[in-house]
Amino acid sequence: MLKEGFLMAWASIIANKMRSLLTMLGIIIGVAAVIALVSVGYGVRQQVSDSISSLGSNLLMVYPGAPRTPGVRPAAGSDKTLKVGDAKAIAKLPDVSAVSPVVSKSYVVVYQSKNWTTNVEGVSPSFADINNWTIKAGRFITDSSVERRERVAVIGATVAKNLFGTEEPVGKDIRINNDPYKIIGVLNAKGSGSFGNDQDDIIFIPYTTGMERLLGKDYLNMIYVKAADGINLNQVQSDIENILRVRHGIKDSSKDDFNVRNMQTVMQTMESTTGTLTMFLGAVAAISLIVGGIGIMNIMLVSVTERTREIGIRKALGATYNTIIMQFLIEAIVISLFGGIIGIILGVGMAEAISHFSSMKTVITSGPILLSFGFSMAIGLIFGIYPAQKAARLNPIDALHYE
Amino acid sequence: MEKEVIALKGITKTYINGKLKVPVLHGIDLTIYEGQFTSIMGPSGSGKSTFMNILGCLDRPTSGSYILDGQEVANLDDDELAYVRNKRIGFVFQSFNLLPKLTAQENVELPMVYAGMDKKKRRARAAELLTELGLGERLDHLPAELSGGQRQRVAIARALANDPAIIMADEPTGNLDSKASVDVMHIFTNLYKEGRTIILVTHEPDIATYAGRNVVLKDGYIIEDKQNPHMAGLVDEGAVREQEKVVAGEVKPSNSKLTHSADTIEGRKDDLTKVDKKPSVDDLYDQLEEEIKRGDAHA
Repeated sequence: MLKEGFLMAWASIIANKMRSLLTMLGIIIGVAAVIALVSVGYGVRQQVSDSISSLGSNLLMVYPGAPRTPGVRPAAGSDKTLKVGDAKAIAKLPDVSAVSPVVSKSYVVVYQSKNWTTNVEGVSPSFADINNWTIKAGRFITDSSVERRERVAVIGATVAKNLFGTEEPVGKDIRINNDPYKIIGVLNAKGSGSFGNDQDDIIFIPYTTGMERLLGKDYLNMIYVKAADGINLNQVQSDIENILRVRHGIKDSSKDDFNVRNMQTVMQTMESTTGTLTMFLGAVAAISLIVGGIGIMNIMLVSVTERTREIGIRKALGATYNTIIMQFLIEAIVISLFGGIIGIILGVGMAEAISHFSSMKTVITSGPILLSFGFSMAIGLIFGIYPAQKAARLNPIDALHYE
Repeated sequence: MEKEVIALKGITKTYINGKLKVPVLHGIDLTIYEGQFTSIMGPSGSGKSTFMNILGCLDRPTSGSYILDGQEVANLDDDELAYVRNKRIGFVFQSFNLLPKLTAQENVELPMVYAGMDKKKRRARAAELLTELGLGERLDHLPAELSGGQRQRVAIARALANDPAIIMADEPTGNLDSKASVDVMHIFTNLYKEGRTIILVTHEPDIATYAGRNVVLKDGYIIEDKQNPHMAGLVDEGAVREQEKVVAGEVKPSNSKLTHSADTIEGRKDDLTKVDKKPSVDDLYDQLEEEIKRGDAHA
């Protein structure tokens, strides 16, 4: 009976090609929109999470707090309480795999006749691992250069391009604050960060050199901490907070002179933001699917009225309530399923076209495809059931005499 | 006597129109035996259609008993009635009621689809029935591509599809010209000869004469139920063929052997002979010429 119903539905769809296609259009547009928009949403999400994980995903950052001086309080992060000793103490914690103290300031950097203003950061050798930097040429800062406070520098791709152009930078001398620094390495480009900033516009020097020879200060701007893989970052965070409170002699956590942030929280926030975006886009598209469903109901109701006589004939010849309801339901479902399939093809095509012709990235996953396919079938069922019932309930005598 | 196919006892039907009760049938008793060709006649408002709907299991009586082919069908639910219509009753309608988007063969298959017969079997059966009715060449034609008579033949084939106990024909010739009408009534006569039970609803007395039993309904009662020994389709074949031609207006009737419409045909014959006796133009011309000759002779 199901096969017969399918064949009858198919015959009726073929017989009314134009009308079937127009009916499908609502579903086609709905499904295509869901797939294309959700893939754009996923694309944004992936872009964000890529750029966050390019910083290192199991990362914690320790910042100094705001100084508690009477009168005007300076900005957070400007306190001078964070010391190299704190970084070394954190490095001894059980679940911490790497630690790098960071000092930084913006300088004008000069190479021969060219100059470039960039951020100079004093870091430790483990910083490359912590922050996912890879070396394009030369090497990164070593332990011995930290120990000897050497004037060496590792430069980012943007700096290399602006100061050296096509020249090979490794081995050359640049001047930072009028002191010569030998370039020992060039970093691979990481591209823009999660907020659009250029991550490659940077120069790394040993933190000892930075503190003692360049900046002349004994405190840190921040400490980067990388936790061991698979460790709960919140646990590590509270360990760091505890050890810093002990070292700084703080008894009350509200009087902390530092802040610890962990990337997992940042990532979660980001993901929930992009998730909301994706949901929003999907919901807008889903509305058009529902509108498409109403279109199906409308056409099916017209079709039932138009075919009242046919229904009467079928009933007179022995069609039961169930066979009539099946015929119309199958017809509605077949229309919405076909619309769904065409919509999927169109949606995937649109997503591909978006990523091909624009800078936006799209990620096509099976989730929204299966979902919108199932959804379109459900819509056929839900919006087809009322017209089908109406058809099946027709009195055969009245239906036979319907003109 | 023979087997009872239909046994009606005290069938009433009352429509309720708001607070008003409108009785249409007032207790009808009727028994139809296997192999009978029965006509039901009645003026409009006689309850004929209501009676037909109940006989065809399209509707239920308000009270009374209806035993169809040994089964009480008066109190069945909708789906059970659908089953009875599918298996026990073959319908032939005035307006054919073929599905316009299905071919002749597919239309005939329809009752078999609802009976759950497999595709191969029902295709073969549909082809066989249509071939028997002379439509073997037109299996793939759509109803719109067939003449009225051919459409009604497709409908008859469809009515026969599930080998039903009775065939109900509701004004089967109402939309046909006279030649096609005779043609279709002939098919019914042949089905009667094969031993099928046929119920024919009509308001044309001419058509009713094809049936062997004439039931007349008026105001919800059966007012007449008589045998018709001279079934129009059963007189000798030659005469029938001639009558077909007469009705179709192809030839003037000769000395007709048909008994049932003898009066009218005799009457028409008389008229025609009178016409024959009138002088033609040629005769007048000849007469004139002779008179002229005679005049010349006189001169």
